[in-house]
Amino acid sequence: MKYLVTIGLETHVQLSTKSKMFCGCATSFAAEPNTNVCPICLGYPGALPAMNREAIKLTVLSGLMLGCDIQAWSKFDRKNYFYADAAKNYQITQADQPLCLGGGVDIPVPGGTNRIRIHHIHLEEDVGKSTHHPRCSGIDFNRSSTALMEIVSEPVMSSADEAIAYLRALRQILVYTGVSNCNLEEGNMRSDVNISIRPEGTETLGTKVEIKNMNSFSHIHAAALYEIARQERVLKQGGTLVQETRRWDPDLCETASMRTKEDAQDYRYFPEPDLLPIVLAPEQIDAWRLLLPELPEDKRVRFVGQYALPEYDAKVLCAQLPVANFFEEAVKLGAPAKAASNWIMTDVLRLLGQSEQDIIDVPLTAEAFASLLKLVETKAINMPVAKGLLDELFETGGDPAAWVKERGLAQVSDTGAIEQFAREVIAAHPKVVEDFKGGKQPALQFLVGQVMKLSRGKANPQMAGEMIKQMIDDR
Amino acid sequence: MSLNSEFSTMTLAQASEGLRNGTFSSVELVRAMHAAIDEKDSVIGAYLAFDAEGALAAAEAADTRRAAGEYPLLLGIPIALKDMFNIKGQPCTCASKILEGYIAPYDATVITRLKAAGAIPAGRLNMDEFAMGTTTEHSAFQVTRNPVDPTRVPGGSSGGSAAAVAGGLALASLGTDTGGSIRQPASFCGCVGVKPSYGRVSRFGVVGSVSSMDQVGPITKTVEDAAILLQAIAGLDAYDQTTVNQPVPDYVAALRDASLKGLRIGVPKECFLDQTDPEVVTKVRAAIDACADAGAEVREISLPHTAYASAVYSVCAAGEASASLARFDGVRYGRRRGAAEDGLQALYNRTRAEGFGAEVKRRIILGTFVLSSGNYDRYYHRAQQARTLIRRDFEAAFAHCDVLMSPTTPTPAYLLNSKNDDALQASFDDAFTVAANLAGICGLSIPCGRTKAHLPVGLQVLAPAFGEVALLRAAEACRRELGV
Amino acid sequence: MSDIKSNVHIDVARVCELAHIDLSAEEQVEFQSQLEVILKAVSKLDELDLTGIEPTLYGHPIESVFREDVNTPSLDLEQVLANAPARIGNEFKLPKIVE
Repeated sequence: MKYLVTIGLETHVQLSTKSKMFCGCATSFAAEPNTNVCPICLGYPGALPAMNREAIKLTVLSGLMLGCDIQAWSKFDRKNYFYADAAKNYQITQADQPLCLGGGVDIPVPGGTNRIRIHHIHLEEDVGKSTHHPRCSGIDFNRSSTALMEIVSEPVMSSADEAIAYLRALRQILVYTGVSNCNLEEGNMRSDVNISIRPEGTETLGTKVEIKNMNSFSHIHAAALYEIARQERVLKQGGTLVQETRRWDPDLCETASMRTKEDAQDYRYFPEPDLLPIVLAPEQIDAWRLLLPELPEDKRVRFVGQYALPEYDAKVLCAQLPVANFFEEAVKLGAPAKAASNWIMTDVLRLLGQSEQDIIDVPLTAEAFASLLKLVETKAINMPVAKGLLDELFETGGDPAAWVKERGLAQVSDTGAIEQFAREVIAAHPKVVEDFKGGKQPALQFLVGQVMKLSRGKANPQMAGEMIKQMIDDR
Repeated sequence: MSLNSEFSTMTLAQASEGLRNGTFSSVELVRAMHAAIDEKDSVIGAYLAFDAEGALAAAEAADTRRAAGEYPLLLGIPIALKDMFNIKGQPCTCASKILEGYIAPYDATVITRLKAAGAIPAGRLNMDEFAMGTTTEHSAFQVTRNPVDPTRVPGGSSGGSAAAVAGGLALASLGTDTGGSIRQPASFCGCVGVKPSYGRVSRFGVVGSVSSMDQVGPITKTVEDAAILLQAIAGLDAYDQTTVNQPVPDYVAALRDASLKGLRIGVPKECFLDQTDPEVVTKVRAAIDACADAGAEVREISLPHTAYASAVYSVCAAGEASASLARFDGVRYGRRRGAAEDGLQALYNRTRAEGFGAEVKRRIILGTFVLSSGNYDRYYHRAQQARTLIRRDFEAAFAHCDVLMSPTTPTPAYLLNSKNDDALQASFDDAFTVAANLAGICGLSIPCGRTKAHLPVGLQVLAPAFGEVALLRAAEACRRELGV
Repeated sequence: MSDIKSNVHIDVARVCELAHIDLSAEEQVEFQSQLEVILKAVSKLDELDLTGIEPTLYGHPIESVFREDVNTPSLDLEQVLANAPARIGNEFKLPKIVE
């Protein structure tokens, strides 16, 4: 029995605002407990929320970057529940009329991209933080009422890998747009992961299990894999799954059921009467649109026209905006566009994937990359040498032109030298020469390989091949 | 010593003039207030607290400023306050045990504005707990008696405010009006009470329960005094995003040539049906007739959804309040109850069970019920829709009326402890006042006579949203006509 | 049009759980009957035909009121903790929260 997996993600992103969502307290991380608080974010008697324009702007910008429909009319609601970290015992959020609807994120998959659809994006306030002490709990309200943007995906991801690819892509776009630092260690980006499985061939989604409040992408990946396997195990043993919230234990590497609250929560949503509706005129949205970096779709179209790239290339390059930036930088610095595209699509992306890093994190600079490609284009070095240098630049960074000089890596294209190598090789392998004359192409490659060996990898392989063929024919 | 005896009938305007002319000092004024409270409040019970020392210190500072040549209207005038305003460094109880120990770390905006105008916040007044009630009997701390007849209720929830002003224990006070809580006690006690339009005065720092209806307003002896206070506190506030960006007119100046000539007065017939006490009907009709005699155009109108207003209010107000009062949980302030070993839920449940009075608990339960899943559409949503119909009633009425006039309440003040078993008493008391809160318009109550038993009868005047000038002018002109 | 119910039952115990208020047994009984009187009065709204009527959500029909993203002073820590019923270090102290 094969099971299909359905994953949906609700991602909470702390927006880069100076002040909180509903008050002027600072949003700095790691301040002493309860030092960035005021009557409003502490839920004092008589305090009223005052909504932060910048948070709305950043949410709209995010929605525009993600291809959402920005709603002309939206409002806040009260979500009523009692909890230690909730200063008012209700959270101000957007229940049924959020700021952005629809949209999606492109993730790279083998052979191209896949679009993960977003259901909506809404704004809400964050809650405080509880600390567990030996015999009690302590609450710090510094984080209370910080502006939180919640991005809710459609339940359309079908593997842990897809979920992480989605989060990576989302994070890139948000950082690129400047709406959030998305610093995972600081908890700027937390996700609730909803997972269900169903037997292949059925349409109805299975029982949904939620794993709440996860930061680290590797933890999310591990938790998702574990949970999928757990759910399969339960069903295969004839059991039933319970709709519940579970917690990922990174030490035990398992999800555990959280003590279920006495009864199902009834949040009693109703419109927040202390805050007026948000009405966004088209002019306002257009004014904010001007603040956007170029949208992915526009960039793709431009790449095709400006750099004479095939659509496929443009799509792959623009799937990660920092990669697209890297490409353009390199071309500006003299790299040939098609060559740069090829190298990025094959080698650079491969190296990034293997090391699970983003291009903004690695030492390879666009400058070094462009320099490398120019060395190849002018045939100063051969391909094998170039590939080797790329690997090294990826690990440590550096100046390829300097290395070529220092290490004598220049391609040997001197006909005399190559002729010498060719003569030696032909003399040393008469049987192989016979094989080649008999029509076996691999024999030629062997002989070229021997020339490369003799030349310590520096010979121009094309020239070597030509030379060998000519010499054999002349015999 | 004559200041002490003058104090009980002195208006805010008269006090201001006396200070300006040097007839007395602010310190003397505060001492007279203190003396009045000492003498009479043991019977009336309007004050929860009076910080004489603090008030005198502020009075001294005001006298010094006056000596240096400053003469703003409210400089050095003590204003008593319903105990729901955050005043920095002072307790704020809302007449509830759940806020025991709470010391306000900030000033409500209206307090900031009063202080900026030189006024002295002096004394915290009794009220129904969390402004829920119409008799002030729901205070957790004490009973307040109607100064006109101490066997009777002063009204509520701003009962302490009205009793203090009517009883000569304060020059003027601020209260709040959510369903009639300024107008109804003003009516019962025989003084003036104004509910400004929704969004006219900031609610920041006022312990509200019903965000979409609460407004702060003056309770005073005269319409002029109300205009002076309203002037000082009205206006846009960045901390309350429901305040409206409209300039504040000069309300005091607007009173000068107040006239009834040509004023179109609408009289809603629904307020004169069987439920209204015949003596109230008589007095109110006489007042309206006097306006007609002075040149007003009086016509009968209908507010067809008057009978539904209380039901709408019950649902909407309770719903909002149930959420607004959720913050009182013993975690961050107030008195915590329950043993630590019983856990967080017990902490909440016991703190709230022991900290809230019965009326508050009832409304929270009602509010939670009407918002709950399965009930929201049937109760809360429908009430919000009905609220739209009530707004439309007023829009239609004001299309050809400048103001509306009616009784403020169906009856005069009744005996203390006489309506404890009636769960619908508050709705009855507020029958004519709640609609104004639901529609966000402005309204006030002025005294228009006494019953045979000498009990005050209140005349309610209503005007469209942000029509305070018309409202105050109509009330002032009427008052002059009636000679009250 | 919803049907007119003259007797409405309210599960006071369940609602008290949501509202986090412990009622004594006597209070539950007392409140039960009082609330049912109130709900019966409220059910007068059932008489109204509200088809197509927009609900009133706010006190006044204004919109889009925003605050600029600037910092304003926070409270002093001592002020905050002075009001705290219990503290542990600089945090509000609560019974241990079990998840």
